[in-house]
Amino acid sequence: MSKNSSEYLINRKDNQYEVVIGLEVHAQVLSESKLFSTSATKFGAEPNTQVSLVDAAFPGMLPVINEFCVKQAIKTGIGLNAKINKRSVFDRKNYFYADLPQGYQISQFKDPIVGEGKVILDLPNGQKEVGIERLHLEQDAGKSIHDLDPQNTFVDLNRSGVALMEIVSKPDLRSPDEVSAYIKKLRSIMRYLGTCDGNMQEGSLRADVNVSVRAKGSKEFGTRCEIKNVNSIKFMQMAIEYEANRQVDLIEEGKLIDQETRLFDTKKNETRSMRSKEDAHDYRYFPDPDLLPLEVSDEFVKELENNIPELPDDKKKRFIDEFKLTPYEATILVSDIDIAKYFEEVVAKMGKNKDIKLAVNWITGELFAVLNNKNLEISQSPVSAKNLAILVNLIKNGTISGKIAKTVFEFMLDGDKDPQKIVEEKGLKQQSDPKAIEALIDKIINDNREKAIEYKQGKEKLFGFFVGQAMKASGGKANPQLINEILKKKLQ
Amino acid sequence: MSDITKQSLTELVENIKNKKLSSTDVTKAFIDRSKKSKELNAYITEDFTSALDKAKKFDQKPNLDLKLPGIPMAVKDLFCTKDVKTTAGSKILNNFIPTYESTVTENIWKEGAILLGKLNCDEFAMGSSNETSFFGNVQNPIDKDLVPGGSSGGSASAVAGQLTPITIGTDTGGSIRQPASFTGTVGLKPTYGSCSRYGIVAFASSLDQAGPMAQNVKDCALLQEIISTYDSKDSTSIDFKRNQYSKELTNNIKGKKIGIPKEYRVDGMPKEIEDLWLKGIQYVKECGAETIDISLPHTSYALPTYYIVAPAEASSNLARYDGVKYGFRAQGENLIDMYEKTRSEGFGAEVQRRIMIGTYVLSSGYYDAYYLKAQKVRKLIKNDFDEAYKKVDAILTPSTPSSAFKIGEKTNDPVSMYLNDIFTVPVNLAGLPGISIPAGHDSKGYPLGLQIIGKAFDEQNILNIAYAMEEKIDFKNKITDWWIK
Repeated sequence: MSKNSSEYLINRKDNQYEVVIGLEVHAQVLSESKLFSTSATKFGAEPNTQVSLVDAAFPGMLPVINEFCVKQAIKTGIGLNAKINKRSVFDRKNYFYADLPQGYQISQFKDPIVGEGKVILDLPNGQKEVGIERLHLEQDAGKSIHDLDPQNTFVDLNRSGVALMEIVSKPDLRSPDEVSAYIKKLRSIMRYLGTCDGNMQEGSLRADVNVSVRAKGSKEFGTRCEIKNVNSIKFMQMAIEYEANRQVDLIEEGKLIDQETRLFDTKKNETRSMRSKEDAHDYRYFPDPDLLPLEVSDEFVKELENNIPELPDDKKKRFIDEFKLTPYEATILVSDIDIAKYFEEVVAKMGKNKDIKLAVNWITGELFAVLNNKNLEISQSPVSAKNLAILVNLIKNGTISGKIAKTVFEFMLDGDKDPQKIVEEKGLKQQSDPKAIEALIDKIINDNREKAIEYKQGKEKLFGFFVGQAMKASGGKANPQLINEILKKKLQ
Repeated sequence: MSDITKQSLTELVENIKNKKLSSTDVTKAFIDRSKKSKELNAYITEDFTSALDKAKKFDQKPNLDLKLPGIPMAVKDLFCTKDVKTTAGSKILNNFIPTYESTVTENIWKEGAILLGKLNCDEFAMGSSNETSFFGNVQNPIDKDLVPGGSSGGSASAVAGQLTPITIGTDTGGSIRQPASFTGTVGLKPTYGSCSRYGIVAFASSLDQAGPMAQNVKDCALLQEIISTYDSKDSTSIDFKRNQYSKELTNNIKGKKIGIPKEYRVDGMPKEIEDLWLKGIQYVKECGAETIDISLPHTSYALPTYYIVAPAEASSNLARYDGVKYGFRAQGENLIDMYEKTRSEGFGAEVQRRIMIGTYVLSSGYYDAYYLKAQKVRKLIKNDFDEAYKKVDAILTPSTPSSAFKIGEKTNDPVSMYLNDIFTVPVNLAGLPGISIPAGHDSKGYPLGLQIIGKAFDEQNILNIAYAMEEKIDFKNKITDWWIK
């Protein structure tokens, strides 16, 4: 897997540098209510309409753990093949900010709910294992809005107290592409589990990116910089690219890299210093005395384990075994739970005499093209799995040709119409009556007698001409195989 | 009945149930006396008009099955009360009116009691003399210019001065028992997890506990059985079998083993306290209990441990008072400036001192040496009690190392002030129940208290011992009404 061609290296004069990346992903737990209160978590609600007394930190208010969020974190831990800690502790991370009503964030510091685990990345040149350091539960802060007023900052506490899972990777990633694959894999696993919707536009998934560089072949880590709160894969890749080059330039100039926290400016496409190690906050972590240590029983974890759905890696294996897909096809189909669901529904609806390869081609070809074009998720597909299955069956049983199918598909896009009906209404059924085709061909040969003679004299290229004429005469509906057979016989 | 305010809670309940008194009679009597007692400065907020309305309403349709039928009651201003200003004795909450009710007060109103007002206390319950309150000193009804103790000083003064038949306080390191001792009243700090902390302005979450303060043990038991409920809104609330403390109260403590910890004989303890303790030992023996010398070897570490743990938690708990959401806000140039000015002007000196201590002991580089070590010592202190309770059923100690002192006497010497809590603090650190009962007077005629410490969840046992001793001691509080002109 370490084929040189795929290695991401930064070249300077005689030196080559390797980039070392670790991610702290903040994934919003999919849950109706917040981590320590019963307020709703719906995205996009009117500001400060989903705020309880606990979220706003009124005097005497106390946090009460939301068991559902605990289950979600454990499920995610299981999905990451990680150690589930039966006992974990909530700590307070103390700092002042206007959108942090308590003056501290409840998080997990020394004893997280999930320990070490791993995820497998499917990369173009093979698989790669990325280590998970830990996963812990914590509260999100509210939002400070600085651009509504020139004088004042507004605070929206709807997000205050929403449950986050912070998933910390080991420094195992080596390129922007690996980071992309890692984020996509994490998102895929969590979406399979239903523990995070992975919606980066809405901020449900964001990451702090730790970047360092070192001479190729070196075993030592370089000094790292942390790029805070990057909220798209593209920006992560751009930020890493910029930051790695910045660090390499410093080394080449003989300068030292400061360990610091940086921000990625998406407009200028550069990272800039936010605060140095010296200015780092002293968060004064200590166990939250309002909450007892979180203890879960073996049975509690077992129960969750027993209800873990088939995850992408297993599904991929099954698709290859059961449907004889190539690893490449399987990887695409399992990459997102909705795609996998769609595919499996198509397979189920195709019935006994099914052509799975053909279905895969239609999904990853025509359907994906349409979705891409219209910027839609597969869950919003204009063509249902059921109708796509019918369409594939119509091709498979010879009712329509592949070419006609594309025309039918175009019609299907408008209101998810039944392809069978389209074929009937538009008279697109394939002409498969040999006698009718024979009559048609007889007429064409008769009309083009000279060309028929030329063909018989050896100008074989003309065969295509006759096929085209026959197709044209049938309005594209004649079964191309029959045309071939009959033409060959007649032109002998 | 002119002596309504002299009656105990139990008597008042009986008289209302027998219809000898109406809620209006009783409420009026306590309001009148409260009004004449302004000099005590026991109240921060009076809610008299509303109280009288509620009393009249109660009398129109009296529910006499309740445990506190139409009984007026003032409570410490640390309990959030719906629609009634709640200040925690601080300028920073000077304008704060909760939209919610604490579980403990909710439990009280559900049994028919009526809020008279909110009682003075040390700012955020940080103090042992009620001198840190933004709303001024509270006078001890025992003598002019004498502190009532703290932090529940207003509560103790109000009960001793008969401004309320009974009250509730909170106790983080002795804030119920010490003022009870200073005012000749009874104060119980329940087991940690017995009374919900929901809606109580937090000082130190792992130590704070609400509890009753009363004229006598029976009243105390009655209020305890009302306020102690399991509450899912407080994650540290414990679901255990709670007794009907007042109904199960007995003075039969024959055969009980009472531990006498030698480490509580501290250096420089006044002879009066020593004598009081010996007298206490004599009393329990006369009641048929047996005393056993025990050792609680880590006692001397309790105070330093407490003054790390409590400020650490407080420094974090009080971070929410930042001028952003509610309470006092000072104008600032920017966010940081606003924070600094709000908190500098909004918090008093003692609160600021403890926030500084707490911030310091949690800082990186100091955490292990202070906070972590304190947590370890706390465990050792708890282990001391666990060991002792293998041999004894309860422990008897003095409540405080001295009687009440003069206002201003210790304000410039915080350490000497902190030493007041030397006998009460270990109980909070171990999460145990402790009760202070008046047991005698010093040479100046000031009351002195004895403390009975129980096993966790064993409130009934220490109430019983206190009840039996109370009978033997036959303490008479010397209230001269000096403040009433």
